[in-house]
Amino acid sequence: MASLLFYLLAATALLATLLCITRRSPVHAVIFLINAFFALALMFYLLGAPLIAAWEVIVYAGAIMVLFLFVIMTLELSPESQRPALSRRQWAPALLLFLLLLISAGLILTFDPAGQAGVPFFYASPRSFGAALFNRYGLAVEIVSFQLLFAAAGAYYLGRRRKARQPEESS
Amino acid sequence: MIVPLNHILLVAAALFFMGLSCTLMRRNLVMILIGVEIMLNAAGLVLVAGSAFWQQLDGQLMIMLIMAVTAAEVAVALAMVVYLYGRTGTIDVNTFKDMQG
Repeated sequence: MASLLFYLLAATALLATLLCITRRSPVHAVIFLINAFFALALMFYLLGAPLIAAWEVIVYAGAIMVLFLFVIMTLELSPESQRPALSRRQWAPALLLFLLLLISAGLILTFDPAGQAGVPFFYASPRSFGAALFNRYGLAVEIVSFQLLFAAAGAYYLGRRRKARQPEESS
Repeated sequence: MIVPLNHILLVAAALFFMGLSCTLMRRNLVMILIGVEIMLNAAGLVLVAGSAFWQQLDGQLMIMLIMAVTAAEVAVALAMVVYLYGRTGTIDVNTFKDMQG
């Protein structure tokens, strides 16, 4: 039952991602990607990571993708700037990447052709997750929090209004 | 045991190559960033699968750090997209091929 659900979710995620990368309009692409992220979150849940599943929805689908939507709507892209997703001369690299995918799939399958090595049931409770995170990786958490602070400062610096420099450039 | 590890790796590989092709072939800056997001999520799927396969928590902890790093990256990158749009009025990457410095 769980494995059937997993394959359904995997098919959903792959289909939504494929539709996402071939859409012409970025808004449609973001909506399809949110769909793929929901499927991925359920896959994480099935693999025994409920906290990661919740964060996938909250952080990725809820925060990052909505930020993408806001930026796309801020830009007011003109329709003629949205050219076809793939022109004809871009099919060669697409085929090359597909070939690479086939090669890597073959490599993965040759390691365990019968698919015997199953993923055993594993459940990481939020309590053990938090204990391991702050006991073993406390320094990493601090470094990441510093990085978020620097990123916020950098985004503010890039996004501030440049009123003082306008007369300087015109003169 | 729900699914073989192979199948999860195959799904993740397919997702990763879709993100890579999106990053390499699209000419829209926003779509390039979306391709990077797809690749990061494929890596996250591999980490969760490895975490379940070896019964260790470290893979899931790694994803939490990756999510924070991704949030930082997206904030700076989207601010840069808005800045470039304000300067040139377009987000086509062919416009920016003569950047220097």
